[in-house]
Formats: sequence, C-alpha cells, structure tokens
Amino acid sequence: MSSPQLSDRHAGAALGIRPGSAPAAERTLSFVDAVREAADQEMARDPAVLVFGLDVDDPKAIQGTCRGLLEKYGPERVFGTPLSEDAMTGAAIGMALAGLRPIHVHIRMDFLLLAMNQLVNVAAKSRYMYGGRVNIPLVVRSMIGKSWGQGAQHSQGLHSLFMHVPGIKVVAPSTPYDAKGCLAAAVRDDNPVLYVEHRLLHFQKGPVPEASYTVTPGKARVTAVGEDVTLVGISYMQVECLRAAKYLESVGVKAEVIDPIWLSPLDIDTIAESVERTGRLLVVDTAWLNCGAAAEIVAQVAERLQGVRDLRLKRMGFAPTTCPTTPGLEDLFYPNARTIAAAARDLVEERACGWLPAERPDLQSIVFKGPF
Amino acid sequence: MRAQLYRSLYRIRRLEEEVARVYATDKIKSPVHLSIGQEAVSVGVCAALRPQDVVFGTYRGHALYLAKGGDLNAMVAELYGKATGCTKGKGGSMHLIDPEAGVMGMSAVVGTTIANAAGYAYALKHRRPDAVVVSFFGDGATEEGVFAETLNFAVLKQLPVLFVCENNGYAIHTPQIRRQGKADICARAEAAGVPSARLNGNDVVGLARRTEEALAEVRTGGGPWFFEVATYRWREHVGPGEDYQLGYRAAAECGPWVAADPVRRLGDALPAGERTGIEAEVETEIAAAFAFAEASPFPDSAELMTDIFKEEFDVLTAAQR
Ligand SMILES: Cc1ncc(C[n+]2csc(CCOP(=O)(O)OP(=O)(O)O)c2C)c(N)n1
Ligand SMILES: [Mg+2]
Repeated sequence: MSSPQLSDRHAGAALGIRPGSAPAAERTLSFVDAVREAADQEMARDPAVLVFGLDVDDPKAIQGTCRGLLEKYGPERVFGTPLSEDAMTGAAIGMALAGLRPIHVHIRMDFLLLAMNQLVNVAAKSRYMYGGRVNIPLVVRSMIGKSWGQGAQHSQGLHSLFMHVPGIKVVAPSTPYDAKGCLAAAVRDDNPVLYVEHRLLHFQKGPVPEASYTVTPGKARVTAVGEDVTLVGISYMQVECLRAAKYLESVGVKAEVIDPIWLSPLDIDTIAESVERTGRLLVVDTAWLNCGAAAEIVAQVAERLQGVRDLRLKRMGFAPTTCPTTPGLEDLFYPNARTIAAAARDLVEERACGWLPAERPDLQSIVFKGPF
Repeated sequence: MRAQLYRSLYRIRRLEEEVARVYATDKIKSPVHLSIGQEAVSVGVCAALRPQDVVFGTYRGHALYLAKGGDLNAMVAELYGKATGCTKGKGGSMHLIDPEAGVMGMSAVVGTTIANAAGYAYALKHRRPDAVVVSFFGDGATEEGVFAETLNFAVLKQLPVLFVCENNGYAIHTPQIRRQGKADICARAEAAGVPSARLNGNDVVGLARRTEEALAEVRTGGGPWFFEVATYRWREHVGPGEDYQLGYRAAAECGPWVAADPVRRLGDALPAGERTGIEAEVETEIAAAFAFAEASPFPDSAELMTDIFKEEFDVLTAAQR
C-alpha cells in the first residue's frame, strides 16, 4: 500500500508550496483527522492494535485525534489510563510482548520523562538483549506544546533524547499526509516507534487519500527545490522553513527544503545529496541545539562531505534556556520564518546582511490561543 | 480567627474571579487552573501554619500561594507576564513561588513536588526543627509512582511533612472511580504507615483545627500525616469558564458544593459591618494588584538568557545556607 510517489506530491501541496500540484478533486483533511483516520484504519485492519493513554477517552479526545475510536472499538481497545506514565509504559511493553500492538498516547512530550526507564532500558533494548527472540511493536504518540505560557514543562522538544538510543525509531511528520502514513507505518513496524506531533501542526490541512497507506521509515522528502541553500526543517519547523523559502525568493535566494520526516532512522543520503549541490546547510529544529537532532544532521553531513566540497553549516532551534512564559521572551526563544530566512541569506552571501524580511500576512505563523 | 479566614477566602475567590474576567481581554496569556470552589482547603490548612513553615503545590496553585502569604501584586504581575512578577514573567501561572512566604514552588508535571516536599522536610528535620512542610496535590497525583515512593520515604525517615490531597473528584475530565481500582486514598497512606484523615473541604474552621492537631505531632518528631480533603472544582480544568457543556459531569453535581460554599457561609456568619469592611479592603487591594500588573513593564529581552545558572555568590544563596 506504500506509495512514495503520491506522498511527494501531497506533502508539498499540503503547505501550498507547489501551486497546482494538488488535483482539485482531492480530499483535504486536518492533521488531527489524519492521525485519527490512521488509528481507525489500523484498528480496523488489525485487532491487535489498541489505543490508550491519559484522556484518550475524554470529551476532548486528545485534540480530537482519538475521537470516535472508543465508540467504534470499545473500551477494551480504547481506554484512558490512571496518571501513571511509568507503569503504563511498562504495561504497554508487556502487551507488545504478548502480541498486542499498543499506541500509547501522551498529550505532552514532557511527560515521557516519567517513562524514560521503560522506554530506554526496556523497549529499545529488549530485542537485542534477548538475542532477537522478542519484538516490541509499540507506538508512543507525544506532543510538543508551544505558546500561551505553556512554558518550562509543557513546551519541550525531547526527540533527540530518543534519537540517541539504538532500538527505538523516531518520526516527526509535518503534514496531514505524512501524519497518516507515518502513524500507519509506525503501527505496522515491529519495533518501538516514538511518534512526535507538534501542537501547531494539528491545525494544518492538506490532501490525504482515503485509502490506507504507509510512509516508509527512513526516507526524507524534498519539499521545495532550489540550488542556493538547503533548509532542513524538523517537525513544525518544516512549516516555518517553507515560509522562509518564500521570503528568500524575494531576495533572489533559491532554497531547497527537506523534511526528514523520520529522525531515526535518518535519511542522510537525501540531505547530503542536496548539500553537495548547494554547499550550504541550515537545519532548524523545534528543540535545543546541544546534542540535538540538528547537531546530528549537521555532523553527518560534515562527515560525508568534508573534503568533497566547501561547506557552510548552521543550526537554529530553541534558545539555550528554559522556555519562558511571557510572550515577548517567548518570541525570542523560537526561530521563525523571518529569522530563518535571514540566517539562510547570511549563509548564502557569507556575510551578516542585516536583513530581516518584513512580515508578510500570507506567511504568518499561527498564533495559538489558550487556555491550553 | 473567623474574620481572618473570611478575608483570606474572599480575597482568593475575588482574585480568581477577576482573573477569569480579565482573561477575555487576552492580557493574561497563561494557562490558568482556577481553584474556585477549592479555596477553603488551602486557607484552612495554611491557617495552622507558621510563617517559617513551607508549602509545595501544583499548577492549580493560586489559592495556596495567597493563603500562605505569597505577594499578591507579584502574582498578578506574573499572570500578565510582567517583569515585576514573582518569577519575572518566566514561569507564569503554573509556577508561582514566593520563598520569603514559604511558598517553595509548583510544578506543571503532576506529582513531582510531592517528593520535593519530602526532601525539604528532611532538610528541615536536621537544620530547622521549628518548621514543617505541607505538600498539596490532587487526587490524580496519587496515581503516580512518586506518591507511593514518597510516602514510604517519609515514614522511613519520620519526616515533618503533612501531605494534603485535594480530592476534587476529577483529573481533567475523568472521575476518580474510572482511574482508581480502589478509590480510597487514605487506605494507601495508611498502608505505607502514614496516619490519615478524610476531611470536608468546605469546613474551613474544621480544617484549620485538624491541621493544628496533626501538626502538633508532626512538629514534635511524630513523622508524616496525610489528609484527603473532599472538595470540588467549580470551573473548567484549565481556563476561565465552566465546562458542564462537555458532558463529563452534570451541572447539578456542583449544586451541593455551591450551597455549602464556605466563602458565602463564613461571610454570612460575620457581623454585617465587619464583613463589608473586609470586602471593601480586599476589593481595593485586588484592584491595586491589577493596576500594578497593568502598569508594570514587560521583562527586558536580555532576561531570556538570565537565571539559567547561578553564576556567582548572591543573596539568595546566602539565605539558603
Ligand atoms: C505527569 C503528568 N501527566 C499528565 C499530565 C496532564 N495533566 C495535567 S493536570 C492533570 C490532572 C491532574 O489531576 P489531579 O491530580 O486530580 O489535580 P486537579 O487538576 O484535579 O487539581 C493531568 C492528567 C501532567 N501535567 N503531568
Ligand atoms: Mg483532581
């Protein structure tokens, strides 16, 4: 069912980046509905799939991503849990060992820190330390929050902690198309997969085929073609990078934009191939830079291309501090399309241009309004 | 005593009603978890505390912060994200702190401060035996491993700590019976060896008395105590409004709690003149706090990169020694 050709076309169209590439008759879905549909189709396909986590069965159904599942599949396959992330993760692993395929949902990525032992010491290691005699087909969904004062403990992007660990896959789709295809792929994968969602991506809409399909693990996607600089945007920063590419067009800089989609395994071939042409790489993450996903991508590209060609490399992400709640400081904490464009241009021109594009209404970020 | 309790209750209720009112203007860009309906728990327990005693709380911490004597102006300014806020606009509504008043912090991650409170109590036991710690948390927090683990440690070390579980019946939209196989939190405290009591969260005077009694033991080396206090959250889990339209609880469920509202009942029991005097003073104080927040500046952009590490000897470190 996997259809990579389709996926290339859809991903760009989802963000309106390649005008005319989306056939008019295509169905449009929100990221939220794409996640829900993937879970629904996987549950229908395989009775071993179940969904649980805090509040998956409550009236808000995790932003709607679990809406209707309880009614359709019943409380044995869809249930809310006690507030016990550590034990519930361990239980999920036990279920997986017994042949179930759990999707464990966390409304914030920050709460994964309570489940670290089970995820890192057990889920990621079981297959290896038991000599290949067991599999842990576990999907852990978790969300990165942003804005409205969610602050220190509700805004972290911790995906690189898991990229560090062999034995657990990490995926961070940025379009509704990939949201659906990656969740289906994660559920069918016999290994533990951390599925990262960004709250602001939940509002994205884009074409999503109705039929079930998967987006192959370990394959990145070129979402805009250009020759001057390669922008790699992770998770929500993919959206900001595509906007940055538009700003850059206005000053004659052609950016190639890549969505890695899967952070582990990471498709360094696609990224390095692009950088070999552009000679310039800017990786933008929705996380800190130290020991982060951006550092990993830059390091792998540098290892691959050193001596092959001259390189200009840069990373952007959270300011190296705790996320503040007051809006003025919070704005400074995050990169955005304009600051990304400015950094990319500096990279291309090899000087501090002192340029920050004026904000264009068509390229504004979503402003998230609380209370949560 | 009653007048003081009323002042504290009325002040918290009115402050949060103002927060809810102002929220519509988007000046408070912070997720607010209001305590409206639950104020008497913090007020009753804190009435039995001394200034040197210490409390730890949760993201639903406005009532606790004020009941323990946290600075009102600094709290409202914090909700506004201003430089004069209790964390300079860095922590927001969920991370209120006022060390001078013994308010030692609040976490947005459920359950975490329970253990921090025990650690603080360990330090007090050895270094400041005149003080105790009170740890406030919700019914949901008792499902986290840290609750069971902390109870065990507190008993093992006979720590001067009172655990106060504010059981409002829900964790977000899920009732206790759908989360706990045996919905008896006191039994779990007892099983760990912590003496416990189940109390009425609307009886502010009774709470103050029972806290006084329990702390008499805690203060004299008797080890930890546990209270499960029945209470009710009148508004939505997070945000300024009500949430009965969501359908997870019936609006009628709130009826008895509103009928037993300790704020109104205590007010009604006071001589009319005394009551209006208190209310007028509180209104003035609250209006001044909002005016202070409005007039305060936002933090300078340089503040983004301060407070990450403590770099040199400062007054704060001296105070902690
Ligand atoms: C470890 C953790 N898991 C989940 C959450 C999401 N969450 C925030 S508040 C809450 C409910 C907590 O309920 P309770 O402890 O009863 O406190 P209440 O909100 O009722 O005061 C949940 C599940 C969280 N903040 N931290
Ligand atoms: Mg509760």
